[in-house]
Amino acid sequence: MARDKRDAEEHCACPLRGILATHKSGAFTTHEWGCPMKKIASIIALAVVFGATSASAQTLKTVKDRGILNCGSNGSLAGFGLPDAQGKWAGLDVDFCRAVAAAVFGDDKKVKFVPLSAKDRFTALQSGEVDVLARNTTWTSSRDSQLGLNFVGVNYYDGQGFMVRTALKVKSALELGDASVCVQQGTTTELNLADYFRANKMKLKTVTFATSNEALKAYDTGRCDAYTTDASGLYSERLRVANAAEHIVLPEIISKEPLGPAVRHGDDQWFDVAKWTLNAMINAEELGITSANVAEMAKSDNPDIKRLLGTEGNFGEQLGLPKDWAFNIIKLVGNYGESFDRNVGSGSPLKIDRGLNKLWSKGGLQYAPPVR
Amino acid sequence: MSIDLRAGSPPARVPFYNDPKVRSIAYQVALCAVIGFLVWGAASNAIDNLRKANIASGFGFWEQTAGFDISQSMISYTNQSTYGRAFWVGLLNTLLVAAIGIVFATIIGFIVGIARLSKNWLVNKAASGYVEIIRNIPLLLQLLFWYNAVLKALPDLRDSVKIPGGAFLNNRGLFMPEPVAQSGFQFVLIALAAGIIGSIVYYRWAKKRQDKTGQQAPVFLVSLGLIVGVPLAVFFAAGLPLTFSYPEAGRFNMSGGIEVLPEFAALLFGLSIYTAAFIAEVVRAGIRAVSHGQTEASYSLGLRSPPTLRLIVVPQAMRVIIPPLTSQYLNLTKNSTLAVAIGYPDLVQIFTGTVLNQTGQAVEVVAITMAVYLTISLTTSLFMNIYNSRIALVER
Repeated sequence: MARDKRDAEEHCACPLRGILATHKSGAFTTHEWGCPMKKIASIIALAVVFGATSASAQTLKTVKDRGILNCGSNGSLAGFGLPDAQGKWAGLDVDFCRAVAAAVFGDDKKVKFVPLSAKDRFTALQSGEVDVLARNTTWTSSRDSQLGLNFVGVNYYDGQGFMVRTALKVKSALELGDASVCVQQGTTTELNLADYFRANKMKLKTVTFATSNEALKAYDTGRCDAYTTDASGLYSERLRVANAAEHIVLPEIISKEPLGPAVRHGDDQWFDVAKWTLNAMINAEELGITSANVAEMAKSDNPDIKRLLGTEGNFGEQLGLPKDWAFNIIKLVGNYGESFDRNVGSGSPLKIDRGLNKLWSKGGLQYAPPVR
Repeated sequence: MSIDLRAGSPPARVPFYNDPKVRSIAYQVALCAVIGFLVWGAASNAIDNLRKANIASGFGFWEQTAGFDISQSMISYTNQSTYGRAFWVGLLNTLLVAAIGIVFATIIGFIVGIARLSKNWLVNKAASGYVEIIRNIPLLLQLLFWYNAVLKALPDLRDSVKIPGGAFLNNRGLFMPEPVAQSGFQFVLIALAAGIIGSIVYYRWAKKRQDKTGQQAPVFLVSLGLIVGVPLAVFFAAGLPLTFSYPEAGRFNMSGGIEVLPEFAALLFGLSIYTAAFIAEVVRAGIRAVSHGQTEASYSLGLRSPPTLRLIVVPQAMRVIIPPLTSQYLNLTKNSTLAVAIGYPDLVQIFTGTVLNQTGQAVEVVAITMAVYLTISLTTSLFMNIYNSRIALVER
């Protein structure tokens, strides 16, 4: 019997065993772990086969059943996504997720925020770890196609800029030839930077970091001459360096960065929910509906307002949402303008001008299709 | 109920399915089939899901333009190179830091390990303190310490520390003069190669002679003369065929010369110092494992202290040291992936960082990276095991 057992072990096809255990010290012997390894491997394989079922379709149902929305967010960018001292999340992107929760559940607090680095964000969305990615993410063609995302719209029109020390006496980004630039990994920023210096025939030394915190810290210690990210981020991060007065943001905007929330490709229903949440916020601003006057406005005779707030038609049900979906969004989160002012605009420490993010009717680019 | 025990009778026929040999092979085949099916199932399921989610798959990205810059590369690389090229840059950077780190960690580790056995109280305690402190602080924190604390202490470009010989140290790194070979330098290299071959031949001859006659030859001095002296003589005879390109300060950065990035230095320091603490313990254990009787026996045969250490203690200690030392080398190589925290462009930072993110092909990129680390580790193991089997105790 003992003989049989040893036979079985010796026949165990362990391809690595010759390499792993040729030494003769006696402390390591193959038969102790040659076969159990395989058992573990087959259990893992089982988990892979039966665990990795399609995560794409039916997101709305999954979210409703779960009772909470998983939102991929920036965890360290004031104005877009940042938990405060009490752990309460705030920001323009955070407000979008709260709005989705308000539309689906009628409760803007049913959101679990998952802080993601720029590098990990797409994998988190693709794998189903989050239902929606609202993390100041630039809408590009390759992300729409190759990465399997669907961008639901643009909640902030941005562009890439540079921050430098005033002591360098640099007035323009075109003077940065041969400079060291600190940048965050896995961003369009990283690519635009290389393009801009190449197009202007300037030499460049890039120092790349996994997170914006590390990149900013390296810039602050003097490792780099310049720090680059989207202009909105520069205004927010300039407040975080040791002495903000010693740093300036250069005037050049070197790229188009339309930032927007994204969902997985292949689930049109959920795509519609996310898209129309953003549209509802923009439409609400255009129609003059705010969180303060929404109850009042529900009694309005204006057919546009009636359709948006659900007192006429069944536009909510068409999206798979309650009738008062937009009412809840505006009541609990506010319209786009309120969210902008509170997080990045005049009502925030960042004091960023609305600029391109004004409504189309006021000379900006924010425009939403009508609810009808 | 009788048992036939007569010799010469044919053995009782056992059905093939009861033959233990056939059975064990059948089980193995069945197990392999099940595993194969599971792997195939997992792969096809993953491909299916990727297609459904419209995520690109396959290895087509390898030939696409990368579009990003890398701060350190040992082969020519621009942002117009391909993702495949970026992969090789990352791999070489990983191998560079691992190889140099292994050399440093081994040297520091052996010194500290032997110092821990010293009878000198101060040396002994200093070595114990080093091991206990370094070994018990997480490596990531140590790397952040080396990177942030050391970087902060270094001066600005304008106040660079000038090191005699034309080198500069500032918060952009260490800039050293780069030797540039002129015509005639090839003779020096030829002389060096000849010197190395000559000393090997001399060593063999000296060993044979000692085996035969017991006479010792000054192998060390002769080798030193052959390897250092002869090329040096040729170098002077050829009229110093070597110039240096010195680093110069530009508006923002130094240019020219050899550049050692602070990220590289911090990672190398962190990895070497951390791993050296473990190697020190391995070395101490190895030397302690050789019984004191061996030393006494050697003395009684008339050997003095240095040859006792070199010929008796160390060879026996190596048998104990090599297997755990291999593990430490593997750890160092794998720990180099922590480079991602301090901005050193190693394989993980470039490939599973930027390339993964820009292409979105997590499955392929992660699989390639895992295969690479597995290959590096198994190759290291293989060489260490070959070395181990050479020095292993040959039992007769």
